[in-house]
Amino acid sequence: MTTHTTGRRKRALAAAAVVAALLSTAACGGGSDSTDKAGNTAKAAGFDAANNKVAQAELVAKGGELKFAGAQDADSWDTTRGYYGFMWNFARYYSRTLVTNTPAPGAEGAGITPDLATAAAEISDDGKTYKYTLRDGVTWEDGKPITSKDVKYGIERIWAQDVLSGGPVYLKDVLDPKGEYKGPYKDKHPEKLGLKAIETPDDKTIIFKLPEANSDFEEMLAMVSASPVRADKDTKAQYQLKPFSSGPYKFESYEPGKKLVLVRNDKWSQESDPVRKAYPDKISVTFFSDANDMDQRLINGDYHLDINQTGMSPQGRQTALQEHKGNLDNPVSGYIRYAVFPQSVKPFDNEHCRKAVIYGADHESLQTARGGPIAGGDIGTNMLPPSVPGSEGQKYDPYELAGANKKGNAEKAKEELEACGKPDGFKTRIAVRNNKPVEVATAESLQASLKKVGIEAEIDQYDGSQTSSIIGSPENVKKKGYGIIIMGWGPDFPSVQGYGLPLWHSDYILESGNNNYALIEDKEIDGLFEDYVKELDDAKKAEISTQINHKVMEGGYYLPFVFEKFINWRSPELANVYTSDGYSGQYDFVNLGLKK
Amino acid sequence: MLAYLIRRLIAAAVMLVVIIVVVFGIFFLIPKWAGIDPAANFVGKQADPAAIEAVRQKLGLAEPIHSQVWEFFKGIFAGRTYVGGGDVTNCAAPCFGYSFRTEQEIWPVLMDRFPVTLALALGAALLWLLLGVSAGVLSALKRGSVWDRGAMVIALGGVSLPIYFTGMVSAAIFIYGLGWIDGQFVPLEESFSGWMGGLILPWITLAFLYAAMYARITRATMLEVLGEDYIRTARAKGLAEKTVISKHAMRSTMTPVLTMLGMDIGALIGGAILTETTFNLPGLGQAVLQAIRTQDLPVILGVVLITSIAVIIANLVVDILYSVIDPRVRLA
Repeated sequence: MTTHTTGRRKRALAAAAVVAALLSTAACGGGSDSTDKAGNTAKAAGFDAANNKVAQAELVAKGGELKFAGAQDADSWDTTRGYYGFMWNFARYYSRTLVTNTPAPGAEGAGITPDLATAAAEISDDGKTYKYTLRDGVTWEDGKPITSKDVKYGIERIWAQDVLSGGPVYLKDVLDPKGEYKGPYKDKHPEKLGLKAIETPDDKTIIFKLPEANSDFEEMLAMVSASPVRADKDTKAQYQLKPFSSGPYKFESYEPGKKLVLVRNDKWSQESDPVRKAYPDKISVTFFSDANDMDQRLINGDYHLDINQTGMSPQGRQTALQEHKGNLDNPVSGYIRYAVFPQSVKPFDNEHCRKAVIYGADHESLQTARGGPIAGGDIGTNMLPPSVPGSEGQKYDPYELAGANKKGNAEKAKEELEACGKPDGFKTRIAVRNNKPVEVATAESLQASLKKVGIEAEIDQYDGSQTSSIIGSPENVKKKGYGIIIMGWGPDFPSVQGYGLPLWHSDYILESGNNNYALIEDKEIDGLFEDYVKELDDAKKAEISTQINHKVMEGGYYLPFVFEKFINWRSPELANVYTSDGYSGQYDFVNLGLKK
Repeated sequence: MLAYLIRRLIAAAVMLVVIIVVVFGIFFLIPKWAGIDPAANFVGKQADPAAIEAVRQKLGLAEPIHSQVWEFFKGIFAGRTYVGGGDVTNCAAPCFGYSFRTEQEIWPVLMDRFPVTLALALGAALLWLLLGVSAGVLSALKRGSVWDRGAMVIALGGVSLPIYFTGMVSAAIFIYGLGWIDGQFVPLEESFSGWMGGLILPWITLAFLYAAMYARITRATMLEVLGEDYIRTARAKGLAEKTVISKHAMRSTMTPVLTMLGMDIGALIGGAILTETTFNLPGLGQAVLQAIRTQDLPVILGVVLITSIAVIIANLVVDILYSVIDPRVRLA
């Protein structure tokens, strides 16, 4: 009996040991290198090998299936309606624009290069007229030529906000600031081409006539919302389920939230396209509901990269950093994570009370809460992202957040509290999205450090999916007493206009969907933006951007946490990989390929 | 029996109407009271009030709430016509509306995902019934034995361990560790073995949780039944123990098990959210999770209604089975 029991125990212990061993090694399925069924091993390019430089370009081959995974589907695959950064990046597979981001790594990727157009615009009339000529041989997926009218119609769709909501509306605001045009679906013009600001004298020529000059106009035309759409293929609200392709790939199937498959568009020709290399034969995107599960699949080698490009989950990141570091890149995302102080909530109407929070915060602890210097980013010292021209990065640090005051400066905070008439501190509320654990951790860190200087901050976790109507409503913010809002923002295009206009210009204080949370109404800042859009010289534009950033920081409206960085997975089977500032540090999808 | 059935069907229909009204109230009235404007979530970053109003009109959120409820209710039985932005769209019955996000009709989406959840629920139910009831019966018959104690300890583990934990552990071992299965869902029409391969771990994981509960309830009920006078009488009559257990004790033991089964299958069909999330199964649970994340109210509403219908139907079936097992129920 005793022997029998001991035997059972031994078996149980052995089983437990096997399970433990399996659990500890389960995460190592993929390895830094990967071996295919024929025994060929793909070598990892190394840590940060594709960050701002091209990795393993020489190993790229045509063919194969490029497999994306994603924890979130696009807001819309309709070029007019998509606003997610990865959607703009991915849309270049099936959609072309007159101009687009340069297919190059790092800062060069934020430049503009001709795509459908033969060359950059001929700009005249003091920056109010832009003229383009379309290339020969550019076609739709049915082989018909892409015309200037298709480009005009595609842009006109932005006006149909009652049907096609959600996308960026820069072109609408710039081309028709008075809102006179009602969109193609209410257009009486026989070809639905009634927008007066765009002329199409022939099928190859398109002329934009801006009521007022805007020096970022080409940046706006490089957004996918300026893609051509053919009127006879426009299925309106349903267009997002199967956009009609003008790029090297076309939709084969799409089941929202499940899977998207693109196959080659055999009517596209490499000669007509200086931007896209179109290496893979097929591109698929599989959506997951759990980011940890997705990361595990990436590490296991089932997929090549994350389409969302917002960094790995903490669990996946830890495993990847320990065991597969050579498959990771650590780019700057272009986002700044920060706290903002609405002036409608007392005592944040007083500049000194705002500065007391800035000095009182422990910036190193906030950085740690964001994930530390690698997964979170460098300590943010001002409000202009490093990828935006005019940014000085950490060199501009007016409150010494990354220097002497890195751990907070209680003395300076007390001085500011005295100056604002609250020497004993005050009470306030921090609003933070409940669906962003990192933001909640940041709020807790801020709460702890402010307590040391006498500022009692209560944390209110609100429904993150209702951000636009909860913190986007100044009335609600005031009613709830949100003195501090935890948020983040990235540029729509790399310029102070593409980043800061909705945050800092007084015209952008809205009743709902507001992003100027601080309620900044500063005539000098407004004036600098007006100067910026009229200025055509790049160096001078950068100078104005710097000035705007300085004005915002001097007002003490924001407490920047980090210049955000991500840890992104790069399969060892990928070739010709590079990050691009044009897509906020994401890999430039359109030129990715698989190894030979 | 027919009168009983009619009575139950009428009660089920009334219940559904009440559920529609309540669910509609929860999803459309509460945000209104809380001062939240769902339309603001469907516009871009710099949307002006006119754009938000346009979206409100398009989503039908500008209509009075009673009119929205009526239109929704009517749509289920008679279909619906949507007019907006110079566009007219017909949504055939049963019309559950259009997704705010994807602009797809809700009903076909739900029907596309329904088979995955049904397969998950039924497969797992079969497993947990087989394992749970057998373990419970054996434990009761061998009360106090090593088998009984072992089975109940495992059952306690099954009840206590959250499904995402057992799911992750099983995936770590069988998918990423041993590599025995791929673990990714494949539709049945594409490959039977792939389909089985994608569902086997979710079935086992889900069955582990439920089998534990069923084992415990079966054991407790069986022990109670075995102490009843009619069992003693049966034994005294000289019936074989096998007959006493299978023909007399089992019948009474199955009554509470059946009640649980009805409720559990109904609830699972409404969306085994955790299991579908852990194993990335494209079922109703995954759909509702995505819809909650993106504030896609019509999809949430659709899944809640499907859940309610599933629970009502499952309970109806259970009630009918009750009346077969215990004819006295028909009089109730």
